[in-house]
Amino acid sequence: MSLQVVEWAAAWPMVLPYFDGSVPAGFPSPAEDYLETQLDLHDFLIDNKAATFLMRVDGDSMKDAGILDGDLLVVDRAAHPDNGCVVVVAVNGEYTVKRLRRGPDCVWLEPANPLYKAIRVSIGEDLHVFGVVRHAIHTLL
Amino acid sequence: MEEIFGLIDCNNFYVSCERVFRPDLEGVPVIVLSNNDGCAVARSSEARALGIKMGDPEFKIRDLIKRKNVTVFSSNYALYGSLSAKVSATLLSMVPTIENYSIDESFLNLGEFSEREVEPLARELRERVHRWVGFPTCVGIAPTKTLSKVANFIAKKRPQYRGVCDLRSSRVRAELLSTVPVNEVWGIGAASAAKLAKIGVQTAADLAALDPDNARALLTVTGGRTVYELRGISCMPLELMEPTRKGIAVTRSFGAPVTSWQQMHEAIVSYATRAAEKMRRYKVAAENIFVFMHTSTFNNDPFYSNGASARFSDTTNDTGEVVALAVRLGERLWRNGFRYSKCGVMITELMPETIRQPALWGELDREKRERAWKAMDKLNATLGRDTVRILGAGPREAAWKLRAEHRSPRWTTRWDELPRVHAR
Repeated sequence: MSLQVVEWAAAWPMVLPYFDGSVPAGFPSPAEDYLETQLDLHDFLIDNKAATFLMRVDGDSMKDAGILDGDLLVVDRAAHPDNGCVVVVAVNGEYTVKRLRRGPDCVWLEPANPLYKAIRVSIGEDLHVFGVVRHAIHTLL
Repeated sequence: MEEIFGLIDCNNFYVSCERVFRPDLEGVPVIVLSNNDGCAVARSSEARALGIKMGDPEFKIRDLIKRKNVTVFSSNYALYGSLSAKVSATLLSMVPTIENYSIDESFLNLGEFSEREVEPLARELRERVHRWVGFPTCVGIAPTKTLSKVANFIAKKRPQYRGVCDLRSSRVRAELLSTVPVNEVWGIGAASAAKLAKIGVQTAADLAALDPDNARALLTVTGGRTVYELRGISCMPLELMEPTRKGIAVTRSFGAPVTSWQQMHEAIVSYATRAAEKMRRYKVAAENIFVFMHTSTFNNDPFYSNGASARFSDTTNDTGEVVALAVRLGERLWRNGFRYSKCGVMITELMPETIRQPALWGELDREKRERAWKAMDKLNATLGRDTVRILGAGPREAAWKLRAEHRSPRWTTRWDELPRVHAR
């Protein structure tokens, strides 16, 4: 496996590099003309700030989709819940995380763990999708 | 260009906020209580149908709440403020100029759109707020702010409008204004409505037909303006700048009656601390300070109420100085033997921080202190309110502090209170 190293934003939130043109002495930095802003994880994780909510996973029914107990979910309410998306959806008055599969006359809410069963929602039944999961953040340290 | 205003208003805003992370609360009666769990300040339509009125004291409806299984929340301003900001951001994704009028209403400048775009835009806006943030809204469209409020009222009360009422056409206005009671017009309170009733003015249409000079004589200058606005002549532009603050007040009822000076001292210290923090946030400084305390007027406790003010030698927003003077005033007001229900710290004269006169001495010391207070503000902003407090403010869970027994988690502003999604 090869890893590509990118410049990492150490501070959170974004740190703008401070640049003041009127330095009176010393050698000008050769990087001066190439100054760019630091990378900000917000740009990577959040597509639409107004519509994005953070939630915490409780359980292991999505473990084969790489979503583990305790993971942080970045949920986008503006994204369209397409076939195959992982969504946060209300089941029996509680928000749960499932993969959405469209069938010919129904929608399947599928877990990603053989120990759990898929839920069938017929066309016409109420399906309350909270939002689409964009990222699952798993913390190691 | 013709002015066109939109007014978008979130239905039962606090209740809607409470429902965003609680899908189980859809379709059931829900109420939100005021500060200190005093009375109902927001009701779902189901709670309204049970006969719960706006402002009903909690103790009066306790029985009904139990019997009908009403879900009760204390106010969760952290949540409401955060969702309100999300609504504003959503609105700004479609309309470049908005005025946040209150936590749950915004005026929109719709004059930049072509005539035919406006109504579909309003519908799309409603749809977007519903999808992105998660709650229902209504939109009123009109050539003046006052009429946009009327339109919003109609959209909210009459389902046939499906959430959007457009009063741009004078023909539609002629038809609808006569169906709106005059006390529903923006700026017409109960007292004004009573005065108007005496001269036969019952509806918004009657008020629009009133001679503006008569209206001014009866209801002061704002009354005349209201008449013009109801006729479609705009007198109130969008206010895009936050008005400069004239004063700051931190006043709260106690969770339980305060009977000892130590508790009162804690309350005054913590309110004065909050006042200083607010001043620093708005970059203003106090010229004077007013402190008051009183007992309850709702029971038979012996009554006492008093207040006192004092001037700072130099304008200041230094927590230490504000607290010291507030406490000295408090000491003067305090009388033993009473059961106090409320106290407050108010700054009634503010100056911009920048034109503060330099102190005669101790300027260096002052700068150092300023840095310390700013550091404290920063810690409290990032780690949560009251993370760093000054010593006299008392324990975080003191009995005199506000009751908020039914507060929901701060779902969107605290890492340790994020909503949990089941994967079980």
